Amino acid sequence: MATMAQAVRLALHYGEEHLGVTDVFGEDVGPPLGGVFTVTQGLKTAWNTPLDERGIIGTAMGIAYAGGRPVCEIQFCDYAFNVLDLLKIAGNQRWASGGEYDMPIVVMTPTGAGIRGSIYHSHSFDSWATRLPGWKIVMPSNPLDAYGLMLAAILDPNPVLYLLPKALLRVRGERLIPGEPDDPEQLSRMIDAPIGDRTHWTPQWPPVQEYIVPIGRAELVRQGSEATIISYGRHLPMCIQAADELTRQEGIHCDVIDLRSLFPYDWELISQSVRKTGRVLIVNEDTEVTNFAEHLLRRIVEEHFYDLLVRPRALMGKHVPGIGMNQVYERNSVPQLEDVRAAIRELLAEPA
Amino acid sequence: MMPEMHFDEEQPDIPEGQRRRPTGVAAPAVIRSGREVISAELALTIYRQMVRTRALEERSIKMSKSGEAYFWIGGPGEEVVNVCLGLQVHKGEGPAYDYLHLHYRNAGVMLAMGMPMIDHVRQLAMRWTDPHSRGRNFVGHYAVKKWNVVPVTSVIEVQFAMAPGTALMQKRHGLKYPQENEGITIVVGGEAGTAEGDFETCLNWSSRPGNELPVLMIVTNNRFGISTDFTLVCAEKRVADRALPYGIRAETVDGNDPVLVWNALDRAMRYCRRERKPYLLETLVSRLHGHSSSSGAQRDWKQPDPLQMFEEKLLAAGAMDANTVETLWADARAEAEAAVAAAMREPEPRPEDVYRFTYAPSPVDVVYPQDYTGLPGQKDAPEGAG
Repeated sequence: MATMAQAVRLALHYGEEHLGVTDVFGEDVGPPLGGVFTVTQGLKTAWNTPLDERGIIGTAMGIAYAGGRPVCEIQFCDYAFNVLDLLKIAGNQRWASGGEYDMPIVVMTPTGAGIRGSIYHSHSFDSWATRLPGWKIVMPSNPLDAYGLMLAAILDPNPVLYLLPKALLRVRGERLIPGEPDDPEQLSRMIDAPIGDRTHWTPQWPPVQEYIVPIGRAELVRQGSEATIISYGRHLPMCIQAADELTRQEGIHCDVIDLRSLFPYDWELISQSVRKTGRVLIVNEDTEVTNFAEHLLRRIVEEHFYDLLVRPRALMGKHVPGIGMNQVYERNSVPQLEDVRAAIRELLAEPA
Repeated sequence: MMPEMHFDEEQPDIPEGQRRRPTGVAAPAVIRSGREVISAELALTIYRQMVRTRALEERSIKMSKSGEAYFWIGGPGEEVVNVCLGLQVHKGEGPAYDYLHLHYRNAGVMLAMGMPMIDHVRQLAMRWTDPHSRGRNFVGHYAVKKWNVVPVTSVIEVQFAMAPGTALMQKRHGLKYPQENEGITIVVGGEAGTAEGDFETCLNWSSRPGNELPVLMIVTNNRFGISTDFTLVCAEKRVADRALPYGIRAETVDGNDPVLVWNALDRAMRYCRRERKPYLLETLVSRLHGHSSSSGAQRDWKQPDPLQMFEEKLLAAGAMDANTVETLWADARAEAEAAVAAAMREPEPRPEDVYRFTYAPSPVDVVYPQDYTGLPGQKDAPEGAG
């Protein structure tokens, strides 16, 4: 039962061994630290860069031009903002060159609140990311998907932005990654670097196997006919918990969709569910003005107006410039479990 | 009409018949500038490519003024650097060959490498046949994978952030295949762009101790950032001095003198190839037609013209005669004219081409296994897209 951080590490190891990954790099990504969230510990191609996000993305592009297969990291998505133009350029290289140049890079970056990260370590990037045509955007909500999505991201010959839900990185999964040992303690002894001197430490990688979560395919994690709840990343477990409570307490069943890929997104699954339930709630933590959920709402309204029983809703982060350090700020800036719970109940309570 | 040329065809050098010199005047073996020399034969090749470049640029400006094109930007005044670079590039695909991260004033590089004029004009005329961008990009925004010319962007200096990546792969390639250990990365930008952090990124990432990279950074200093004078926004006297704190070898050269530029490039490229380390070459160049068509593209007669100066030098040295000059200009102008005439007859993109080449085919993408066809699940995706 790997954590999400371990799952990504295992996926990158598999990528190095089997999928042609040539470089895993970024700030503090290589030894001795192996990433501030330990996502890159022990990887054989991991190296440390200067503290320079523009250099990281630019170099990744250069490596890809020359036939390499890079996975790079922006340490926190809050620092991706000074490199937006390079992200835009990476996304347009194939289109701009009329198909001459592909851009097979993977950029991973931790995103969102939930670790008491204050103003500069709590931003969300999903809405910004989906404004980058030419990119594929994925965001797992559990370790097994994190593994499968990373393998897909590596295999995809296009630029893939891999958003890591910061608050879930240390959460243990419920499903085993193929080849992962049953005992989490054993896994930890094998692949977690020791505290202190790591000079002579090398990981013992378990024989993990190929497991792909296809890009563009969402997962229907709960089934029901009362409402459709769409989410991804950190808020997906909250949506499941709220939906399960409703089932236990009131026998109400909802569809809960884990989007997993923000672009391309699984419109078929969304569409089928909306037709079935007529009630829709979308949940994420990015700020509410020009949020990615708004795009989905627009399509749902345009294409399913007459299927809807009540007005569709989106529960999102407040439109404020940051997440304040005091937890009063954070709790009241991004949706909490009680907010999700209340939003679902309100959605279900409205008469059709 | 000139026959259409293709990438793989070698460019003809000076035709034998045009090398005649006045009877009784001994042809010089070399052309000199101070202590530096190039062979007279090379000088004539450079001269011819400079004339072709200028003829193409002048015809391009005309296109922007006549309505055949919307916008022009290019490098009249930078022909010396461009042609000398294009002739020295180790041309090919993959890390064993040179990577070129160019900017939008490098037509001379491409012509000297063997690009047919029509491929420049196709982009300027926004044709579907434009091999660099399918009519999507501004002129001079080349992309030629088989020559390692990565896509040029209008966003200045970003190419300096990408250059260490190709150079890193080249350095590794050289370690793996020592016999091919010669590919270098060449990145070109203007002096105004050195104010961007990406220039510093390139200096920094190319000179990390123990991980030095074979990057030749060329700054073409024309002393203007659109309309802003370099001396008003920059305290340093020479851009090349920026290399000093990084321990990077650097040189400033008169970019209007082909003898000096040829040799400076030769030194710099040899150093990068042999030492697998970076080099910064600043070239002082002219800007003969302003920034672009947005500033009128009128000829600035106060700027020294490197082509005219070289022409006079070769004539004075007896390396060529007036007849040769006339013939080369006539041929170059006819070549440009023919390229424009042919390109203008070629098809424009179709509405459904808007989507094409967005995504490479992907075995792990269930929505776009081939190419982009509009929003996921969109019912009116155009036929034939993807």
